Amino acid sequence: MDGIVIIGAGESGTRAAFALREAGYSGAVTLVGAEPHMPYERPPLSKTPDGMVRMKLICPKEALEVAGITYLKGCSVSKLDPAAATVSLSDGQLLGYEKLLLTTGARPRRLACAGAERALDFRTHADAEAIFSNVAPGRRVAIIGAGLIGMELASVLRAKDVTVDVIEAAPKPLGRAVPARFADKLHARHVAEGVRFHFDRSVAEIGDDAVVLSDGTILPADFVVSAIGVQPEITLAEASGLATGNGILTDACLRTSAPNIFAAGDCAAVAQPGGGHIRYESWRNARTQAETAARNMAGAAETFAAIPWFWSDQYDLGLQVAGQPLPAHQSVRRSAPEGELEFYLDDGRLVAAAGLGIGNGLAKHIKLAEMLIAASICPEPVALADPGVNLKTLLKSARAA
Amino acid sequence: MTWVSAGRLEDIEQEGAIRFDHGGRTYAIYRGPDDSVYCTAGLCTHEAIHLADGLVMDFEVECPKHSGAFDYRAGEALRLPACENLKTYPAEVVDGEVRVALG
Ligand SMILES: Cc1cc2nc3c(=O)[nH]c(=O)nc-3n(C[C@H](O)[C@H](O)[C@H](O)COP(=O)(O)OP(=O)(O)OC[C@H]3O[C@@H](n4cnc5c(N)ncnc54)[C@H](O)[C@@H]3O)c2cc1C
Ligand code: FES
Repeated sequence: MDGIVIIGAGESGTRAAFALREAGYSGAVTLVGAEPHMPYERPPLSKTPDGMVRMKLICPKEALEVAGITYLKGCSVSKLDPAAATVSLSDGQLLGYEKLLLTTGARPRRLACAGAERALDFRTHADAEAIFSNVAPGRRVAIIGAGLIGMELASVLRAKDVTVDVIEAAPKPLGRAVPARFADKLHARHVAEGVRFHFDRSVAEIGDDAVVLSDGTILPADFVVSAIGVQPEITLAEASGLATGNGILTDACLRTSAPNIFAAGDCAAVAQPGGGHIRYESWRNARTQAETAARNMAGAAETFAAIPWFWSDQYDLGLQVAGQPLPAHQSVRRSAPEGELEFYLDDGRLVAAAGLGIGNGLAKHIKLAEMLIAASICPEPVALADPGVNLKTLLKSARAA
Repeated sequence: MTWVSAGRLEDIEQEGAIRFDHGGRTYAIYRGPDDSVYCTAGLCTHEAIHLADGLVMDFEVECPKHSGAFDYRAGEALRLPACENLKTYPAEVVDGEVRVALG
């Protein structure tokens, strides 16, 4: 019996280590992380208005000590043996475990074109340093991928007076996670800020000082960043025989196919009540799954049911999305002094909400919407649309009912 | 300690907050569910985000950025990722006017 080992010291693994203590677990907790730093937050890496790469730690070093968490940094797990309940570390150590948590996160998807090795990835602090060391006014960047990371990077680089070309295989940006209305608004803002978009095209080749697109267009570029999405890091899980798919498959309690092994965060694909598995790639999900997994490892049997939520900051605009808006949902718009909100109803029931506005001005509305979603209410669309109807009042009457 | 006027009580929503800038600093002033008023430092201790943009419910304010939460009466940090307490300042209502004691 060797306590709990957590593999991966990102947002999810680090949060889980503390959550184990909060849940009353008093055995040994060992957090193993491949990166050479104290655990840090990734979102600030792409939100650096002054172009200075920040290392925002998830917790001060002393907090790990106070909580009695052993942190092995710059150390990766090379093998997991579920039958023997051991993990082999890159430094040659063999650690036994009573329970194990996989929080190995995700890694950038790689381009397959000629010269792909010239493109910089954007996932780690080291990646951010490599990118921002290229930045100077008048330089030219080609960003491949118009997802959230590519668009956030475009916005900070425009503020540094870098010429930005964004290449995207789809006909529009932010197609995956962002409701169409807000994706269009963000797109328009990028265009107004001088970002040049190349849709419906892929990259044929990356050269020393230019990118060649699939239609033959040549875009001069001093440096190239690849932001075409991530893949769950499932190498260890796969090699050790755990059930995997698009992520490490878990039940609703975040337990993998091996009884003493749990998974959380970007690497985990969690069983859904209606069948299938869902994997999220967001900061809050990494934290809330970590908390549920930790409580379950400490003896609870909670199912993970948090409402998905993420944010993105581009220029002075803040986007927040709670729940999962789908094109099939009925959408209801509400204007607010700070921007605009959209609510999404499925068969009358509120299931999602999104807002785009200056700074964090809409956050409180999204938070209230989240509580309304959690309360499973069927609000009147006219009330949702009316800026004069306080969402807090709706929530209170829903709770009183 | 100097008392300064921070506007009228009726300009703060019940269970709401406003941002108040004074002397190069920013504060948040809250009106509780019972119309009592409180004042704290204006920025979240996690990442310097304006708390007045956050959601006020009962005597709690939730940070608009990462859902850290504080009890605004004593400034106590209630939920991670906020772990450092907020500085608080005396606040009162005199004839409908909100006054705060800063410095
Ligand atoms: C630039 C950037 C900006 C972002 N902005 C936002 C945002 O605005 N809003 C939002 O909601 N989300 C954002 N995200 C997403 C968010 O950061 C992730 O969802 C979150 O970090 C996931 O946490 P995780 O712990 O699951 O994985 P990760 O953060 O990827 O951590 C996994 C860790 O495990 C380590 N590891 C992997 N394999 C091993 C092994 N075998 N042995 C030891 N260690 C291993 C890795 O080195 C890594 O450090 C952003 C991400 C990036 C990259
Ligand atoms: S800035 Fe307030 S919780 Fe992060």
